[in-house]
Amino acid sequence: MGNSSSRRPASARRDILAAGHVVPELSRCVQCGICTFNCPIGIDVRRHAWLGKHVVDSHCLTCGECVKRCPRGVLRFERLKLFKEGDE
Amino acid sequence: MTRHVIVGTGVAGMSAAATLRTLDRAAEIILVSEDPHGFYSRPGLAYYLTGELPEKQLYIYNKKDWQDLNLRHVRARAANLLPGEHRLDLGPAGALTYDRLLLATGSTAVQLNIPGADLQGVVKLDDFEDTRGIIRLARRAKAAVVVGGGVIAVELAEGLTALGLEVHYFLRGDRYWPNVLDEKESRLIERRLAGHGVVLHHRTEAAEMLGKRGKVTGVRTTKGETIRCGIVAVGIGVRPRVELAQAAGLATERGILVDEYLQTSAADVFAAGDVTEVHDPLTGSSSIDTLWHPARRQGEAAARNMAGQRQPFRRLAAVNVLRLAGVMTTIIGSVGSGTDDDLVSVARGSSETWRQLPNTIAMESGAEINHLRLMIGETALVGALVMGDQKLSLPLQEMVATRMDITPIRDRLLQPEAPLGQIVMDFWSTIK
Repeated sequence: MGNSSSRRPASARRDILAAGHVVPELSRCVQCGICTFNCPIGIDVRRHAWLGKHVVDSHCLTCGECVKRCPRGVLRFERLKLFKEGDE
Repeated sequence: MTRHVIVGTGVAGMSAAATLRTLDRAAEIILVSEDPHGFYSRPGLAYYLTGELPEKQLYIYNKKDWQDLNLRHVRARAANLLPGEHRLDLGPAGALTYDRLLLATGSTAVQLNIPGADLQGVVKLDDFEDTRGIIRLARRAKAAVVVGGGVIAVELAEGLTALGLEVHYFLRGDRYWPNVLDEKESRLIERRLAGHGVVLHHRTEAAEMLGKRGKVTGVRTTKGETIRCGIVAVGIGVRPRVELAQAAGLATERGILVDEYLQTSAADVFAAGDVTEVHDPLTGSSSIDTLWHPARRQGEAAARNMAGQRQPFRRLAAVNVLRLAGVMTTIIGSVGSGTDDDLVSVARGSSETWRQLPNTIAMESGAEINHLRLMIGETALVGALVMGDQKLSLPLQEMVATRMDITPIRDRLLQPEAPLGQIVMDFWSTIK
């Protein structure tokens, strides 16, 4: 992966696609289900949020629909730590 | 085998049931409620109204979830509680004995007390059927009047606008939600509402609902003006549903009084959620939250105590995330004070602590929509309001909740025109 100091948005997005996942913030969630409804491949994002689990699902496209549509800012992307610092 | 009976299938009751199941695989867990819809996202009703969600999406548990948790749902009205006999009467549906009982009866919308308030077309946004009813009525109505304050009134205004109606929003005072928002914030929300087509009427109160053949046709204001409409939507607050507890002789004030273990004045009877008035031994006061997350936490805490673990419930700084006229807003801790004429009781989706502001200095920064207000105490932040960009919500939530010492940045925060967000972010990154 590229040097983080010169990383451009496109490569940042590539990183998310490669190593990011969606993380819910339990205290903001009211289980409305907009996330699940808008997931193009039918992942039950809401259930992850209810259980306080990160959306670590091999089918997740990290397309960002759930993050974007959530009316309460519950969801965010976080990088998965697949490699140790310095491995990149 | 222990029998736990839970009255109510809202988030407090259901989180209690799920927690009980993790603590006791064998216990019998019975949920009692009249609501035919069982467990659904009540805050999500606002998004069903705007058309962002189909109604079937609102259900949180499906049949399999109920089966997996081995929960029994008795659809009946809890008619009478006899705590001495450990018995709950269900009227025609019989009676249930219990070892432990949880009252999670929630709260209910307050009705407007003016002539014509019982006409068809006078609606509230309180439960599933209310919302279905509004959508049905909106097919024929051309205009609607919204009365009230807080989150629900704005959700009604937004929902009715999305349904294609001309919406008139009555505010009794000079601005929207004056005891939680400051003037700049109120005006921002009002401008956004107006931009979405909502007609705001300040210093306006409904005096009478006008009707024909039992249906609402308009509202006459106290100024004598008449506005024609097919829907009057009321969001003036909610009241805890204490009747069952009161009739059983349990200690109640505005809500059911509980100690820090969420136990009521009756043996083996607990309470959680909107109906509960929780005593805080640290402050000596008691208060009501009508928020999803505290209700869930209370349900879980009550369950642990019902299962015999003696664990106190600790309140966190009250947080809610609201979407006000499209602006994502997080309210943390104490941010306002005083009263709001548009609400006759506690508003759904709010916390009383938001309005219990101690001695603080308010500092604001930010542009139009990305706006930040901090309530700065002697050594800690006591509250924060974040509008628009939510990057700072989580750090601020933790800073308020843990009463984090802000001495290193306090002077800088108090400088005129201080870039509050940057100062907080820099401070946060040195800690985390």
